Amino acid sequence: MQRLREKIYRWIFTILAFASLIFLVGIILFLFKESLPLFRYVPVGDFLLGTAWYPTHEEAEFGILPLIVASLWVTLGALVICVPLGVGSALYIHELASARQRAFLKPLIEILASIPSVVYGFFGMVIAAPFLQQLLKLPTGLCAFTASVMLGIMAVPTVTSIAEDALSCVPNSFREASLAVGANRWQTLTQVVLPAAGSGISTAIILGMSRAIGETMTVLMVAGGAAVMPRSFFDPVRPMTSTIAAEMGEAAVGSLHYNALFSIGLILFLITLIFNILAEIISRRFRLKLGLGR
Amino acid sequence: MSNNTTKKFINDHSTEQAKKEAILRKPQVVSQNQSVSVKTKIRVENLNFFYGNVKALNNINLGVAENSVTAIIGPSGCGKSTFIRVLNRMNELVPHTRVEGKVFLDGHNIFDPCCDVVEIRRKVGMVFQKPNPFAKSIYENIAYGLRVNGLKDPNVIEEKVIQSLEKAALLSEVKDRLHDSALRLSGGQQQRLCIARCLAVEPSVILFDEPCASLDPISTAKIEELILDLKKQYTIVIVTHNMQQAARVSDVTGFFLMGELIEFGPTEKIFTAPSDKRTEAYITGRFG
Ligand SMILES: Nc1ncnc2c1ncn2[C@@H]1O[C@H](COP(=O)(O)OP(=O)(O)OP(=O)(O)O)[C@@H](O)[C@H]1O
Ligand SMILES: [Mg+2]
Repeated sequence: MQRLREKIYRWIFTILAFASLIFLVGIILFLFKESLPLFRYVPVGDFLLGTAWYPTHEEAEFGILPLIVASLWVTLGALVICVPLGVGSALYIHELASARQRAFLKPLIEILASIPSVVYGFFGMVIAAPFLQQLLKLPTGLCAFTASVMLGIMAVPTVTSIAEDALSCVPNSFREASLAVGANRWQTLTQVVLPAAGSGISTAIILGMSRAIGETMTVLMVAGGAAVMPRSFFDPVRPMTSTIAAEMGEAAVGSLHYNALFSIGLILFLITLIFNILAEIISRRFRLKLGLGR
Repeated sequence: MSNNTTKKFINDHSTEQAKKEAILRKPQVVSQNQSVSVKTKIRVENLNFFYGNVKALNNINLGVAENSVTAIIGPSGCGKSTFIRVLNRMNELVPHTRVEGKVFLDGHNIFDPCCDVVEIRRKVGMVFQKPNPFAKSIYENIAYGLRVNGLKDPNVIEEKVIQSLEKAALLSEVKDRLHDSALRLSGGQQQRLCIARCLAVEPSVILFDEPCASLDPISTAKIEELILDLKKQYTIVIVTHNMQQAARVSDVTGFFLMGELIEFGPTEKIFTAPSDKRTEAYITGRFG
């Protein structure tokens, strides 16, 4: 009886553990199945490198380069904001803050992570964009720059919490060794702790990037939505995610447009997959370097 | 030998109060000839240390003479590490700790608010129980300490790196791979690298916290030899679990038990005729 019970529990947990794997495989298969038909009509090169995205024209064109560039563009901008903010807060919270400040700051940053992305989008649309438009005399405030700012802020909690993990992996003995030779706190931080945590912090940055590139709602609301190659940070852009979200409703199931949107999803998936694999490789190497195994 | 060590142990009784205390606590030492003046490097007065509410050190008083080796012995958990980590203010990095009392280094109280803690740690070097080289190259491990102390000239830095490695008896083993990661060295080599790193910045006191705990007998012998050699230039305080080691390298020995300094005096006396039963019991291996 007891044995049977144990067996059942075992099975239940095994199934639960494999469920997410099954979902993952299912989604990937589905992505491929729905996107591959496109490439019977549109060569992969034209799809990836074409600069014209006219999916609903008579002579439809499916070049997604502007969309890829837009995604990378806003992600790059987001990085410029979330890296200093995220890594800086991690350093402050982990290395400099007093216990009381830490107890206050950590939850605060976690709250930032719990704000729904539509709220960020709304805020960007109603407050940030008009402000920017006036300030810089732009034709529209809904542009790559605004999207970058919003995405950057959204990615801060991700970067902070992973960078903090990296810092807590740096053994205290490193800090003690540094202080013991007469280094001050700042020297210890920048020359011993940061280099030791370096690859862990790069992991944080990469994961922050994949968070930014995959974000949909906010960019849909504030990026402006023009599917043309951006020439500056103040041009309206249309990243991959918002293209899918905006057009999926109007694309007839089974049409080339429909397949093309799935292909965009596939590309996006591959990009974030690469980011995550990179992050994993780097963080593994980092643990090895500090002799932490795992 | 005995005479020599006791001379070293004599303190410059800076105040009448301290003198009285010293007389009360260790008559056997003060009764020695006081005309020989040996400079007191470190003087600890009424030192208490707390982890939260737990008192880890209880009213410690002692003096360490310049250019002497002082061994700290006692059973595990008696407060040896806590004690020496107070001497370079390393323990204040541990959250929720508190220290009471005074520690004079060259006559200045290190807990004085106007005292610069970085300056103290520069003067009081430390070699930790577990070797803790940085995740940098062998060369950089030593150069780092020199650079943070304001040295810029790469030639001078290189010279000092080589000198310190030489002093720490490590140079011959690593001279062909100075730019390899220090983490690839063996435990004993890492510990000697840490000693070299400590020597490079030229402190005047070196604190060793069980430096040989993770080492084989050969490395241990090398480090002991080194300590005896270092004594000429530095004041040394060494924590050790190894009675023979304490007897071999130290001039003065202090026996700690449950946060208290039970006995403190010339090593020879402590090991041949301890005045406290508990010291005798510990040294002869009947407890601890
Ligand atoms: N970070 C800490 N927080 C709380 N208590 C501590 C801490 N470090 C040490 N203690 C306590 O203080 C007492 C003295 O510890 P300490 O490390 O000084 O002992 P020790 O004599 O060095 O022992 P060992 O020979 O095992 O290294 C012990 O009871 C220990 O539990
Ligand atoms: Mg200890």
